[in-house]
Amino acid sequence: MNTTTHRTAEQIGRTEAGPRPLPELGVARLDDPPVRLDVVLENGLRLIAVRQPSVPMVEMRMSIPFAGEAEQHSAVAELLATAMLTGTERRDRVLMDTDLAAVGADLRTVVDPERLRVSGSTLASGLDIFLDVVSDALTSAAYREAEVLGERDRLAERINVARSQPRVIAREALQRRRFGDHPYTREMPRAADVLAVEPAEVRLLHGAAVVPRGATMVLVGDIDLDRIADTVSRALADWHSDRSASVLPQLPLVSGGDLLLVDRPGAVQSQIRLSAQAITRLDPRFPSLQLANVVFGGYFSSRLVENIREDKGYTYSASSSFEYTPQGAVLDVDADTASEVTAAAVLEMRYELGRLGVVPPTKEELDSAREYLIGSLLISTASQGGLAGTLSGLASIGVPLDWLQAHPDRLRAVTPEQVGDAAREFFTPTAFTGVVVGDAETLAVSLRALGGVSLP
Amino acid sequence: MVDHQLHRFTLPNGLRVVLAPDDTAPVVAVSVHYDVGFRSEPEGRTGFAHLFEHLMFQGSESLGKLAHFRHVQGSGGTFNGSTHQDYTDYFEMLPSAALERALFLEADRMRAPKLTEENLRNQVDVVKEEIRLNVLNRPYGGFPWILLPPVLFDTFPNAHNGYGDFTDLEQASVDDCAAFFDTYYAPSNAVLTVAGHLDVAKTTDLVHRHFGDVPARPTPVRPSFAEPVPTTELRGTHVDAHAPLPGIALGYRVPDPVTDLDAYLAYVVLSQVLSDGDSSRLPHRLVHGEALAIEVGAGCGLFQPLDTRDPDAFVATIIHSSDVEQARVLAAFDDELEILASEGPHVDELARVTARWTSALHGEHDRLISRTLAYGAFELLHGRAELSSELPELIGRVTVEHVAAAAKALRPDARAVLTVEPAASAGDAL
Repeated sequence: MNTTTHRTAEQIGRTEAGPRPLPELGVARLDDPPVRLDVVLENGLRLIAVRQPSVPMVEMRMSIPFAGEAEQHSAVAELLATAMLTGTERRDRVLMDTDLAAVGADLRTVVDPERLRVSGSTLASGLDIFLDVVSDALTSAAYREAEVLGERDRLAERINVARSQPRVIAREALQRRRFGDHPYTREMPRAADVLAVEPAEVRLLHGAAVVPRGATMVLVGDIDLDRIADTVSRALADWHSDRSASVLPQLPLVSGGDLLLVDRPGAVQSQIRLSAQAITRLDPRFPSLQLANVVFGGYFSSRLVENIREDKGYTYSASSSFEYTPQGAVLDVDADTASEVTAAAVLEMRYELGRLGVVPPTKEELDSAREYLIGSLLISTASQGGLAGTLSGLASIGVPLDWLQAHPDRLRAVTPEQVGDAAREFFTPTAFTGVVVGDAETLAVSLRALGGVSLP
Repeated sequence: MVDHQLHRFTLPNGLRVVLAPDDTAPVVAVSVHYDVGFRSEPEGRTGFAHLFEHLMFQGSESLGKLAHFRHVQGSGGTFNGSTHQDYTDYFEMLPSAALERALFLEADRMRAPKLTEENLRNQVDVVKEEIRLNVLNRPYGGFPWILLPPVLFDTFPNAHNGYGDFTDLEQASVDDCAAFFDTYYAPSNAVLTVAGHLDVAKTTDLVHRHFGDVPARPTPVRPSFAEPVPTTELRGTHVDAHAPLPGIALGYRVPDPVTDLDAYLAYVVLSQVLSDGDSSRLPHRLVHGEALAIEVGAGCGLFQPLDTRDPDAFVATIIHSSDVEQARVLAAFDDELEILASEGPHVDELARVTARWTSALHGEHDRLISRTLAYGAFELLHGRAELSSELPELIGRVTVEHVAAAAKALRPDARAVLTVEPAASAGDAL
């Protein structure tokens, strides 16, 4: 290094005064929840609006159930989401973006096997124009031949790029491993299937499935709650349909089993993805399981991260989280590791799963997990975008919105015994199935030695 | 703009402090920006600034190896750190009841971090995994932030890989860490920012109490990283084993963002006119019109605008189909710049850029952690945290002529062109 004199690491790490005590936490300020409107409009759209005028903006999150059984559904739906904002009867692609930009607004669409999401934000002063563009897209998206065909080619190319991403490969393999051929697994269509979609099919799907009944719109920001239902009703007056939005059928329960090794020749890193059945937020055991999950791998200070990252250096990121599925939930345990330590990492992950039930969380671990979950709720709802996303997420899985306010108390009421029960019930290593994606030639010997892995 | 009143003071040890009270929600954010980034790491130690950032989370005199994470998360908060070209930041956002705890944690590691062999070796492994995840094992890893600088720049500080070579990372020693800390992590080389639900007088006391006895050390002399602009078109090629499609990154030099902010902002506006939204020029022509590209983007800075001192770059990236020759893509790109240079943008285009900047800034300010980090970075780089709120107005002052002049300055014979070549033709595999 370029300095001539410096202290040693020893000297740097010590002061004369010595270690100091950690300050106590202060008293938390409790705010009343912001005033909220929750109504179903005449066309069947559920409107949730919250006044939170921290900045002169409005955030919108709209969620339309968008399931389809047909083999081609995901290809058509993906192209629909890609092309929806490329022009309407009244506006071409450029004018749509020009009108939005003039009021500092943006709008985007994304689709998955369950839902079509239309999201955006606008300067509060431009809300009328923003809603006019939204309405225009919902009611008269034109899907002009040239635009759709152009989007189709680019979408196919982007899918090829995405499919070369290890996390996409791992996700697809995991979906098949745990849910077979359920429509929920069809997250990314094949490029060839997309290239076979005709513009007319997209228009047909839009007419049939982009419908208000069963959909939810969340607006958070600098809005007038007395007038917002009127404003939205008027803006979306032309959006109606006799049909209801299409909901995915229930998923099969995840059952435990061998991990499947998926070959990605030449990979220098492996994706480990484990999964087990969980329960929804409305289940009385949910708060206990949520706390158990945080202790296990739900945050940085968890057993899993401390073991395989901070102690062993096997991974940059390891995590365990809930994934909310149609009418249910599953646990996802993820880590990406170098090939040479992949088997060792799987071993440690299984060890930690077993340990959670056998050596239940200590009081210290539980207190930390509880504060973390309560603080995270506070932080995630402190911004307009965060609150809009949180409310949209709850509404779209049918959770009453006051769940949010009551949840801190629910977490405080959980006993260590209940967490121990949840750990034993849901974290048993044999309850998990999953995949390992990596270079099979490098991984096979050690994974075979480990057992519980199906090799290609 | 929502104008948050800023309060600032400097401790006797030189630590600069910015307080930004805001009672919207009972949350608070704390950040410390140190005036050292990966441009300052020594030759033979690529990636060291980032590696050192990891070590700052590994314990200090009053805190065991994993205590920092536990205390932040166990108070209901979140944390992180990041290493940039010219600075390194550390931050947490917590319920405001945990404010003193956050100040304590930051002060303890500013005063006496524990730099041990065991933690160093462990974090070298973690950083290598991070690099495998973000660079080596994915398509377009390091594109363009690692790949473009060695083509555009000549000198080690500007050109080298800030993530680091594995051999360099492995050679890092505890003594390197001690030297780096003593040189660059002096309190007078840092800015502490606290924003959110806080009482100014009480927080001022707490800052004095916790940071007051961090010993003063000499402030390092900041070197100039200036180097001449290219006088020809510089070319480089990178073969990407995972990428299915060819990519291009273009790099141009821009005015000094600190000493010539107005001129720099003309390039920021230019980048928006070129590539922000479907109504902007490059997507309109290259993607939707002539179908020469799959994706285009343009912006100032390797990561984001106004994130560095001089030298900074204007960067454009293009992903295109293998069926389209690179020369055609570049010709269309250059043609759009020429049109802008000779005709200038339409005034409506500038109004839209200003509107989108204004709303993006509102959105950023509504996320407390983003606002805190913006204040800290602007205070460090520009000596003016307020700049963060003034940008929409400054952007609004950029004229048609300014943008035309900026477009004219992006000359093909004074730029870097990095080509990403797919190693094999990837198809719809699996």
